[in-house]
Amino acid sequence: MPKDAPQLGCADSPILKERGQHEVFCGLTSIVWLHRKMQDAFFLVVGSRTCAHLLQSAAGVMIFAEPRFATAILEETDLAGMADAHEELDRNVSQLLSRRPDIKRLFLVGSCPSEVIKIDLSTVAEKLTEKYSPNVNVINFSGSGIETTFTQGEDACLEAVIRSLPSSEKTQLAVLGALPDIVQDQMMRLLEQLGLENVFVLPQVKFDDDVSIGANTHFICVQPFLGASYEEMVRRGAQPICANFPFGADGTTRWLWAIAERFDVSKAKFDKVVAAPKLRAEQAIAAVASDLRGKSVFFFPDSQLEIPLARFLAAECGMELTEVGSPFIHKSLVYADLADLPATTQISEGQDVDKQLDRVFDYNPDLTVCGLGLANPLESKGLSTKWAIELVFSPIHFYEQAADLASLFARPLKRADLLKVSA
Amino acid sequence: MKLSVWTYEGPPHVGAIRVATGMEKVHLVLHAPQGDTYADLLFTMIERRNHRPPVTYTTFQARDLGSDTASLFKSACHDAYNRFKPDLLLVGASCTAELIQDDPGGLAEALDLPIPVVALELPSYQRKENFGADETFFQIVKKLTTPQPRTENISCNLIGPTALGFRHRDDVEELEKVIQNLGIEVNVVAPMGSEPSDIVNLGAAHFNVLMYPETGESACRYLEKSLEQPFTKTVPIGVGALSDFIAEIETITGLTNLQNKVASRLPWYSASVDSTYLTGKRVFIFGDGSHVISAARIAKDEIGFEVVGLGCFNREMARPVRAFGKTLGCEALITEDYLEVEGAISELAPELILGTQMERHIGKRLGIPCAVISAPVHVQDFPARYSPQMGPEGANVIFDTWVHPLVMGLEEHLLTMFREDFEFSDANGPSHHAAHQPSTVQKENRSEETIPKENSSNVIWMTDAEKELRKIPFFVRGKAKRNTERYAVDHGVIEISIDTLYEAKAHYAR
Repeated sequence: MPKDAPQLGCADSPILKERGQHEVFCGLTSIVWLHRKMQDAFFLVVGSRTCAHLLQSAAGVMIFAEPRFATAILEETDLAGMADAHEELDRNVSQLLSRRPDIKRLFLVGSCPSEVIKIDLSTVAEKLTEKYSPNVNVINFSGSGIETTFTQGEDACLEAVIRSLPSSEKTQLAVLGALPDIVQDQMMRLLEQLGLENVFVLPQVKFDDDVSIGANTHFICVQPFLGASYEEMVRRGAQPICANFPFGADGTTRWLWAIAERFDVSKAKFDKVVAAPKLRAEQAIAAVASDLRGKSVFFFPDSQLEIPLARFLAAECGMELTEVGSPFIHKSLVYADLADLPATTQISEGQDVDKQLDRVFDYNPDLTVCGLGLANPLESKGLSTKWAIELVFSPIHFYEQAADLASLFARPLKRADLLKVSA
Repeated sequence: MKLSVWTYEGPPHVGAIRVATGMEKVHLVLHAPQGDTYADLLFTMIERRNHRPPVTYTTFQARDLGSDTASLFKSACHDAYNRFKPDLLLVGASCTAELIQDDPGGLAEALDLPIPVVALELPSYQRKENFGADETFFQIVKKLTTPQPRTENISCNLIGPTALGFRHRDDVEELEKVIQNLGIEVNVVAPMGSEPSDIVNLGAAHFNVLMYPETGESACRYLEKSLEQPFTKTVPIGVGALSDFIAEIETITGLTNLQNKVASRLPWYSASVDSTYLTGKRVFIFGDGSHVISAARIAKDEIGFEVVGLGCFNREMARPVRAFGKTLGCEALITEDYLEVEGAISELAPELILGTQMERHIGKRLGIPCAVISAPVHVQDFPARYSPQMGPEGANVIFDTWVHPLVMGLEEHLLTMFREDFEFSDANGPSHHAAHQPSTVQKENRSEETIPKENSSNVIWMTDAEKELRKIPFFVRGKAKRNTERYAVDHGVIEISIDTLYEAKAHYAR
């Protein structure tokens, strides 16, 4: 470590907590990737035209294949009586299942309006499970904006899935969090090389009723936004493994080492498994990091990936952190990454977007990570931005993606240098 | 409840945001939960706007519901006024806030702000985006306009363009040119590009040009009634419509000989022999009512297509679209169910679809070319180049846009002649398209795909006849198949042979 390395440690730093306009997506947005990840699942949002419009807009206005999600749009007549709503849902579900007989898991997803008028989706889900058992398993969760922010939709979905799993005393490792297929395969290969058996991942690509949890289940999250799923696993008696999140060469190594320690894998064996991919990742990052070193970065709150990514940018790419905002901070999950941030970093939780915009102009960072609603307005004021949503949709975890992750941040800076015309 | 896969329109508050974002010195405070801020990205990403929409969302959460969402609204209103200092404040509620009944209008009134406040009623569970835009602009006009002395020279207002409108930016520019060429001044363009003081000044114009009935009709009707300003009823998209529009202006203003002052290249492009192959091409048209009516008229009278089906997603326009459909001998499809539209297109097997981004995808799936004529919008509907739909240049743009997806005339013949050439195949798509990819493998797949085994009637295709059908280029194969089956049913033929195919061809020859 160089001599002038900054003092580390934000684990106990004061957090700037703000309560104003939140410029973030609601949890329904998670359906955009969950429905592709879970190939036999269908997501039926019980909501308004706004929910349908959001999903369509967040999904890039159009998707080529027929999506495995839809909205049961509430109408004036639905707002009147409750019994009515149950019948209506029953009708919508049977319409849906007759069109898509391939569906094995149906998620009823609560929204802001369905929660405000108190439609009890858990009772509906129970009744429908009885009706369609054993062909279709019906589970409910909330993706509403009054309860969830963006990636918390995946958290709420997984929490509901975990709650529905049977118990067992099997010794096993559970990895929580949706990953792109290729990244998940890389992870499974590494775990296998470490000698781990009985590893399963949630969400499952296809429904498998063999999956169970209990006191001998050890689990680790691969995404930092799974706070409720984490709590639910603990309630079910499973044992958490906490570490840095697997971004970059160091992050990945520490994440894997935490698992190795728990399962008594020897240091020698561990080193042998990770040495080659770790070196490869370090070299690849070094090639990209030259564009990032010494540059400052500001994070608007978006996906809860902010703290682990900030660690990666500061520790592995040499960037300077100004403010790192996150919609929620689950300290039990991000403790390790928080502890590794330079002590000078301003950590903020929640949002008052107008005040935060004032601060970003004061900092005038080289790079601003923000949501789609803010990116072009900031670009037009001369700030280089990185859309945060790309970080959720792109393969960025583990060794082989480490340089790609660095490149996502380097590209806007390079581009700004490249363009010789001013907008 | 209504099961919906895709929607053609957003909720009404998105319409209100379109009006506010188009204007200057206006701010909208929307009582809404946090997820509703997604609407900002429609403007910053799809339309590439370089400013955030002038909207403050209260972003209440579950924990606020039990306590006091009303005071949250008041403080948001107060802060928004102090930070943005608008000349006009709009307040409203999105679908969720409508349920908690906080009365944004009353709360904003109680703040006693030194600027006019317009309270919007946006019934989210009954109405949609276009209504929201139309209603918002109408309420602003109602609040701010007063009788004004008319301008000395004849002038008009251009009414209806909003942020996130399909080609509104370029339509305004084109129509301004047209109007000025007629020797008429443009007083105000609104909502897009105007500020509250301009709205006050609307009354100075001699008449209004209603550009988009979907978003400006209520305001025009109000201005006609309260300020005695007549308004034009024809949307000037297409050569014939433009001429009717100018005739309306002559009637309203008493000016004469205005017709010769505009000219489009479309008539000559349509008349030139290269366009002969466009004759009678079967088109299906779907979109918002106004654009559909304009497109149907152009298709039939100005390009020489056959309109085999049309419809719109906005129920407000059902009546005129149905009436126009009747004149073409078509039963109009009024629906916002995307699957129903797909069903209709698949059934009619047109040679070209004129639709929205949704129909573009239907076309892709069914192998039918498509040109986009209407919202809902996509990032591609905001091209960098000048690309209006209205006026003479609009007609030029439309001619190019509609013809582009088709295989060109001579190529059509050559494809039929050299059907067996392995490198020159209809399955490769039109040769002037980027996606054109000579590939024999693809050709085989394509032939399989475009002849579905099942058919609606109970007739059976014999193997020879089916092979013969495959020799017909794909862009007319659907029609040939359909005609042959209909012919077979009408004539009691159960098995279709090569002869049946050619008998049907002779029967339907045009």
